[in-house]
Amino acid sequence: MSTRIYIPRDAGAIAVGADEVAAALEAVATKRGAAIEIVRTGSRGLYWLEPMVEVATAKGRVAFGPVTAADATSLLDAMLADAAHPLRLGVTEEIPWLKRQTRLTFARCGVIDPRSVEDYRAHDGYKGLERALTLTSDEILADVMTSGLRGRGGAGFPTGIKWKTVAQTSADRKYIVCNADEGDSGTFADRMIMEGDPFVVIEGMTIAGVTVGATKGYIYIRSEYPHAVEAMNAAIAVAKRAGYLGPRICGSNHSFDLEVRVGAGAYVCGEETSLLESLEGRRGIVRAKPPLPAHKGLFGKPTVINNVLSFAAIPFILAGGAKAYADFGMGRSRGTMPIQLAGNIKYGGLFEIAFGITLGELVDDIGGGTFTGRPVRAVQVGGPLGAYFPRALFDTPFDYEAFAARDGLIGHGGIVVFDDTVDMAKQARFAMEFCAIESCGKCTPCRIGSTRGVETIDKIRSGERVEQNLAVVEDLCNTMKFGSLCALGGFTPYPVMSALRHFKEDFSPAPESLQAAE
Amino acid sequence: MTAVYEPWDAARGAEIIAEHSHLEGATLVILHALQEAFGYVPEPAIPMIAAALNLSRAEIHGVFTFYHDFRHEPAGRHVLKLCRAEACQAAGGDALAARAEAKLGVAIGNTTADERVTLEPIYCLGLCATAPSAMLDGRLVGRLDETRLDALIAEARR
Repeated sequence: MSTRIYIPRDAGAIAVGADEVAAALEAVATKRGAAIEIVRTGSRGLYWLEPMVEVATAKGRVAFGPVTAADATSLLDAMLADAAHPLRLGVTEEIPWLKRQTRLTFARCGVIDPRSVEDYRAHDGYKGLERALTLTSDEILADVMTSGLRGRGGAGFPTGIKWKTVAQTSADRKYIVCNADEGDSGTFADRMIMEGDPFVVIEGMTIAGVTVGATKGYIYIRSEYPHAVEAMNAAIAVAKRAGYLGPRICGSNHSFDLEVRVGAGAYVCGEETSLLESLEGRRGIVRAKPPLPAHKGLFGKPTVINNVLSFAAIPFILAGGAKAYADFGMGRSRGTMPIQLAGNIKYGGLFEIAFGITLGELVDDIGGGTFTGRPVRAVQVGGPLGAYFPRALFDTPFDYEAFAARDGLIGHGGIVVFDDTVDMAKQARFAMEFCAIESCGKCTPCRIGSTRGVETIDKIRSGERVEQNLAVVEDLCNTMKFGSLCALGGFTPYPVMSALRHFKEDFSPAPESLQAAE
Repeated sequence: MTAVYEPWDAARGAEIIAEHSHLEGATLVILHALQEAFGYVPEPAIPMIAAALNLSRAEIHGVFTFYHDFRHEPAGRHVLKLCRAEACQAAGGDALAARAEAKLGVAIGNTTADERVTLEPIYCLGLCATAPSAMLDGRLVGRLDETRLDALIAEARR
């Protein structure tokens, strides 16, 4: 019997040498005549251990990492003999960082072969759709409501209400759109799930189609994610062949088809109305709301537009897990959140856990602080439009409302860690600069405000009338916050104002940032 | 690995446009397909797309110029993209970007005089837990440091 070896094909693992490791293992095995079967999976999300290679044993999968191609010979010996090795991490499921998580959405990611629908089914895949096909639209909606699921893209709007609106709007044609334009720095959960478990996204979208009566879906993936595009296209082709997509899915009366569309490097297209414009083949200019996409969305038709993670949460919920999902979490934030630990962090990766864990636990305890070993000075939560939090606010629980109460947002769940060498005035300037680069140009506060913001922060940094210019920045931020059409202009003030409020000592001609703030 | 592009040819362009023009909202799909074939979107293709989709030339020009991805002229033989977003900044990306600019003698967003290397910014490759990151002609590189960057630059210059 051949030995089964699992190596990620996740872009994050490939970027640190997973392909070279796979080729080296294959070569060594061939040379020795050892029978091995390499399965390329997604990533488990323990990125400091990537490339992490696993081998199937009688006691479960055993992991090794981080592996390099040079380790191939000794690694193969250790795997074939089930022997000790300096990179041996033990049984994968027992690794504390993984064991501590509650993996509902990411249960299969890193475990299964993302190209195999059989493997997906063998790990509880398509149970949600099979059950949904026995229910009425109202019964499915009741499950989604019960789960308490809120949009994982950042806005946190209740998914059940969005779907219900589309279900109740009559039209000759409706659409399901998956927002996979994951442009926020520090986030990679969408990429990981699309590469590691694409069928869960397809299943979630199909359930949405069945619920609201839509027969066509689009997945809009950013062009910076070529591996995710390839993975989704491959999975869609497999699902079509297996009868899970196309006319009369699973022998039911429902038809549903999916198509991948690739973005073209515009951050603003992560905003839902801009994304719809882009899908229609136009400039990604934000639309004024109302009308809501649920009433008039893609090509003017009622459209469910959700983030990848929202769709990926659906199969578990519809497989009878609605109540169980809602039992996790705190306050109005129910279920689990795939949190992404990134930047200057010792143990970076994907950590899925119930809402309610504090920022401090995530950064210090789970993330292990910085990889440079210097003190953590600031963390940015929620991407380029999220606030910078100082250590003093590390008791904030991960929850939509708790972050809002402290003038921040959880966004798409990305946490970027900075050490004490960070210059917060520079970060505030970058937030304005990024907004200026990426603004779609439709509304004045965003288009002009961001450019004036960069200029004004430059004046502050060069010591020109500091107090007066700080007041100008604050005024600009207010105008942008309340006067912008979408979250790009509206939320850029979060990183800027939080940097100003919590790290004011950096906003002077000679930043004192090198003297630790804490 | 250098991508090999075809020289612009109107008949071939028309063929690519015809292949996709039946799609809903086909403009971006066509622009991507043209760029994949020719390495950039040649100016004569714009009125051809407009005619095929029954849209105005201004409309297609507007879409073409809105998105950062679409090239107006061919890039250098190799394209080195450095992530400039926050997670990579936190992990020392700014210093590496400055190093790349100094070594190649061009500012980010430009091509070297010998047309060998185009150095571009990219805002997030989704490799934020193995930052800083880069992409050389479609190949991803994480945990970038001075040694790895120098090797990438040497490779791109060859």
